[in-house]
Amino acid sequence: MSFADIQKEATAEWQALQDSQKPRILIGAGTCGRAAGAEPVLAAIDRELNKRNIDATVIQVGCVGLCYAEPLVDIIKPGCPRICYGNVTPELIPQLIEDYLVKDNPHPDLALGTIGDGVVDGIPRLFDLPVLKPQVRIILRHCGFIDPTNINHYIANGGYSGLVKALGMQPEMIIEEVNKSGLRGRGGAGFPTGRKWEFCRKSPGEEKYIICNADEGDPGAFMNRSLLEGDPHSMLEGMLIGAYTIGAKEGYIYCRVEYPLALERLRIALKQMEEYKLIGDNILGSDFSFRLKIKEGAGAFVCGEETALMASIEGKRGMPRPRPPFPATSGLWEKPTNINNVETLASVATIMQSGANRYASYGTESCKGTKTFSLVGKVENTGLIEVPFGITIRQIIHEIGGGIPEGKGFKGVQTGGPSGGCLPSDFLDTPIDYESLTSAGSIMGSGGMIVMDEDTCIVDVARYFLDFVQKESCGKCVPCRVGTKEMLDILERITRGKGKPEDIDQLQELAATVKFGSLCGLGQTAPNPVLTTIRYFREEYEAHIIDKRCPALVCKDLLSYYISPDKCQACMICLRNCPADAIKGGKKMVHVIDQSKCTKCGTCLELCPSQFGAVIKVSGEKLILPEEPIPLKTGFFSRSADM
Amino acid sequence: MQRQLANILAPYKGEKGATIPVLQQVQQELGYLSEEAMSEIARFLNISENEVFGVASFYAQFRFTRPGDHNIKVCLGTACHVRGGGRIMEEMERELGISSGETTGDYKFGLERVACFGSCALAPVVVIDNKVYGRMTPGRAKEILASVRSEG
Repeated sequence: MSFADIQKEATAEWQALQDSQKPRILIGAGTCGRAAGAEPVLAAIDRELNKRNIDATVIQVGCVGLCYAEPLVDIIKPGCPRICYGNVTPELIPQLIEDYLVKDNPHPDLALGTIGDGVVDGIPRLFDLPVLKPQVRIILRHCGFIDPTNINHYIANGGYSGLVKALGMQPEMIIEEVNKSGLRGRGGAGFPTGRKWEFCRKSPGEEKYIICNADEGDPGAFMNRSLLEGDPHSMLEGMLIGAYTIGAKEGYIYCRVEYPLALERLRIALKQMEEYKLIGDNILGSDFSFRLKIKEGAGAFVCGEETALMASIEGKRGMPRPRPPFPATSGLWEKPTNINNVETLASVATIMQSGANRYASYGTESCKGTKTFSLVGKVENTGLIEVPFGITIRQIIHEIGGGIPEGKGFKGVQTGGPSGGCLPSDFLDTPIDYESLTSAGSIMGSGGMIVMDEDTCIVDVARYFLDFVQKESCGKCVPCRVGTKEMLDILERITRGKGKPEDIDQLQELAATVKFGSLCGLGQTAPNPVLTTIRYFREEYEAHIIDKRCPALVCKDLLSYYISPDKCQACMICLRNCPADAIKGGKKMVHVIDQSKCTKCGTCLELCPSQFGAVIKVSGEKLILPEEPIPLKTGFFSRSADM
Repeated sequence: MQRQLANILAPYKGEKGATIPVLQQVQQELGYLSEEAMSEIARFLNISENEVFGVASFYAQFRFTRPGDHNIKVCLGTACHVRGGGRIMEEMERELGISSGETTGDYKFGLERVACFGSCALAPVVVIDNKVYGRMTPGRAKEILASVRSEG
């Protein structure tokens, strides 16, 4: 079958679905959707449709990015715009189906927005919502819209036309086109993709490899997972184009084992490609032959580093090696190898499909196109976003993200994961591009964006990242192996209230050594979270070290819990649930926490009924309160300022 | 055991760089990498046991002791950390009476920490037997554990 025939068939299938007189129900069933409970919702939909004998098409789609409102269910009635419902529970399904599908009440109270032509009274257009309006969806354009397990849906929406175009071009022309688009590597380093390909293409040797790095290890980042789950073919098309360009006949997708659904979607996609002869010998009748294997990562963060990744594919410990030689000249099995990130490859597919100029029309002078971010942490609208370069951090957090929950104050935003930095509010107007983030002291990284509010302890976050890199250090070079451990020891000491005044200087000195002396990116960037937090939040370090106080009330060893005798209603809830048996009291006796027994787990604070609010958490102060239970309403309460 | 291992290993004969896929497959089928399995893998790959163990012990995925019937993974990625993942871990440890990385005496439950599942928007996250639970609280952790327990 020629590609034109495949395309015709796929388009007919897609069009039939669009024109269908059956209602369609789309459910976001990516990992986020499932974590929020999409599977019971799906079961409820099937049950209800069966019960009422309604003939509808139910499609599991990828994540549209509004993870905060998951599970998401979209209903398309023939002739009506698609309506997206958020926070759907199995209990809501009978009502939605009865009221909207059977009768004609679209339930504006439950709807997030409409998609497509036409309006529904009382429901805004989804893409006009502040969370979506500033976004530009190029990479994520299919996520949430197509069935990721059906290659025809991808093909009907322009899929693989970029490959067909590429196969008709000289590789040098493709490199030129990619250069023209301004695409830079989305794994974090931002190296121009076209130039990277050119190095590998020009490298002598018959046997070459292309690798897709889907080992998205940064904690707090899930852009690649979402894309692979929601639209696996876009990455695969980009990978084929890359393979053809550099002259590779074999390739590997190195995807982390923690992403079982992404792996499953990739396997299904590969099978469908085989059926259409999009992979294997003489792809689409051309001279280009290419084989692709999936390698599951085995849970080592350092394998995101390219030389470690290749060692892992070869079946060795994932330890980086010095460069040069660069992979472009000597990579996998010592052959010229090109490694690209998932998002980079998916970008290539869209560039080849709709042209470099269109892609380059987004973004800034030095950074073209769009970037996906996982916007998480202390922000209202957590989820996956795609924005043009040049947008400010403020727009991302306050417009798209909807600000900080519970009216709390913004403290900082961490970009670039454990290799990045934490930027305070002074940098909210920094535009998102590789250079601006670097000059602010952070990095672009792969796209994790973790928002922190006033309740987040910056020293604890720095300790968290150091703990992470120290555990993940492969141990090959001394500065990283020993240096990160030394830094972690100091940070742990500080968060336990045992910090010394010279600790900050010592951290900075160690950081310089680890950065300078480490072999690979993991060690070279490991101190970044510590350095930026010292630079921008020094007073928080000093509060821990000098005042033995954690201003955000996070570091356990610096906290105390008390029960206010004025507010305690002697309800016994905290007393019964305290796992340490540290609460004394009884019926009509104000409860008291025995400080020597308290493990500071916070259970009492969490369980104390909000109308009482009797449990108090403090740091660096001692409250003078009765030490033994006293009868209700005879309490006294004073707070002393001294320690 | 020997025959079972031979069947698992057979498809990898002659494959380049097969060590990690072989270890993954053996663990998948047998639950963990026993000493016996490790020697057999070394023999099959024609490398030393030392080398196989060197590779296996490098990666967090591999385990050398019998796992629990139910595998509880608490995510401690950045988003989970700032949203209280640590407290979920404490609750699990308390409820099960074991520390992260251990298995209960009756082999019913195993508990481990995971660096990041990538469900950060629904942090904090716990994965029990490959089912992902988002938006956890210590209270919900307790409830879910109780329901897994009652299922047996």
